[in-house]
Amino acid sequence: MSGRVLVGVKRVIDYAVKIRVKPDNTGVVTDGVKHSMNPFCEIAVEEAVKLKEKKLIKEVVAVSCGPQQSQETIRTALAMGADRGIHVDVSGKDYENLGPLQVSKILAALAKQEDAQLILLGKQAIDDDCNQTGQMTAALLDWPQGTFASEVSLEGDKINLVREIDGGLEHIKINTPAVITADLRLNTPRYATLPNIMKAKKKKIVTVKPADLGVDVTSRLEVLKVEEPPQRQAGMKVETVEDLVVKLKEAGRV
Amino acid sequence: MANPLRSEVFRLYKNLLYLGREYPKGGDYFRDRLRAAFARNKAVEDPEQIKALIARGEYVARELEALYYLRKYRAMKKRYYED
Repeated sequence: MSGRVLVGVKRVIDYAVKIRVKPDNTGVVTDGVKHSMNPFCEIAVEEAVKLKEKKLIKEVVAVSCGPQQSQETIRTALAMGADRGIHVDVSGKDYENLGPLQVSKILAALAKQEDAQLILLGKQAIDDDCNQTGQMTAALLDWPQGTFASEVSLEGDKINLVREIDGGLEHIKINTPAVITADLRLNTPRYATLPNIMKAKKKKIVTVKPADLGVDVTSRLEVLKVEEPPQRQAGMKVETVEDLVVKLKEAGRV
Repeated sequence: MANPLRSEVFRLYKNLLYLGREYPKGGDYFRDRLRAAFARNKAVEDPEQIKALIARGEYVARELEALYYLRKYRAMKKRYYED
């Protein structure tokens, strides 16, 4: 096994920013807005770096799909400990329509090209909340998947995984190569401090185009409209139970 | 004499400046306080004292990292997990 891990990182609007919808309702305002790495992707990078520090894998490759600015996100991953980066250049209209299906095709192609043993992703992105890329990538590669992982341990050529599911925790054992998506409690990501960022400048980032990987990024989806959620109506206080029943009848709910 | 420590002090200052950009009360707020704090200790000569101050600065850096992590963790937990 090559001992190489591919980590997908996505450049999203920073979690702390207040989102505003564009006046023409075609999307969200992204110009001049602070962007950073998706928090779940940070957890994935941290897990990959931890595996490398434990000497269970040999190389961590950070991958990001997007315009030129995605390289900043790759740089953050390099500062956290990744060895090199691959930037898949997708810009303009293609980038606006880029979704989990296209990204998973790209990741699958890269995994074959780089002979990856493991793909680590965040469970979902905080901008589109799709929670699909990991699952689709595993399906395209016909690899086992361990999603919502809150604990990962390598045992020979198998992986022991604890998954966070609605009922509690699920313990599974899967073969390698595999796709794992990181959940919130997998680990505590390290901060990319200035000295690490300086050191990371020496690490290489390679730029490729989706066409080079034989991937067609046309979207099967069309965004019709983006709008804000309805404003929360103020509540009403009533004095007695009779008033409540009257008000409910008026609202047509009884 | 104070020269090797001088570069350490600079490194600490740059590191704290970088960390302070994301400070919840604003990067400017943090930067002003950082410069005031460093200016206050400008006249310190004793290497032991300087080392102690550098240690305190590094402590602040760790505290900031913890602050940022907790903020993010709590926000994600609130948004994605029902209690």
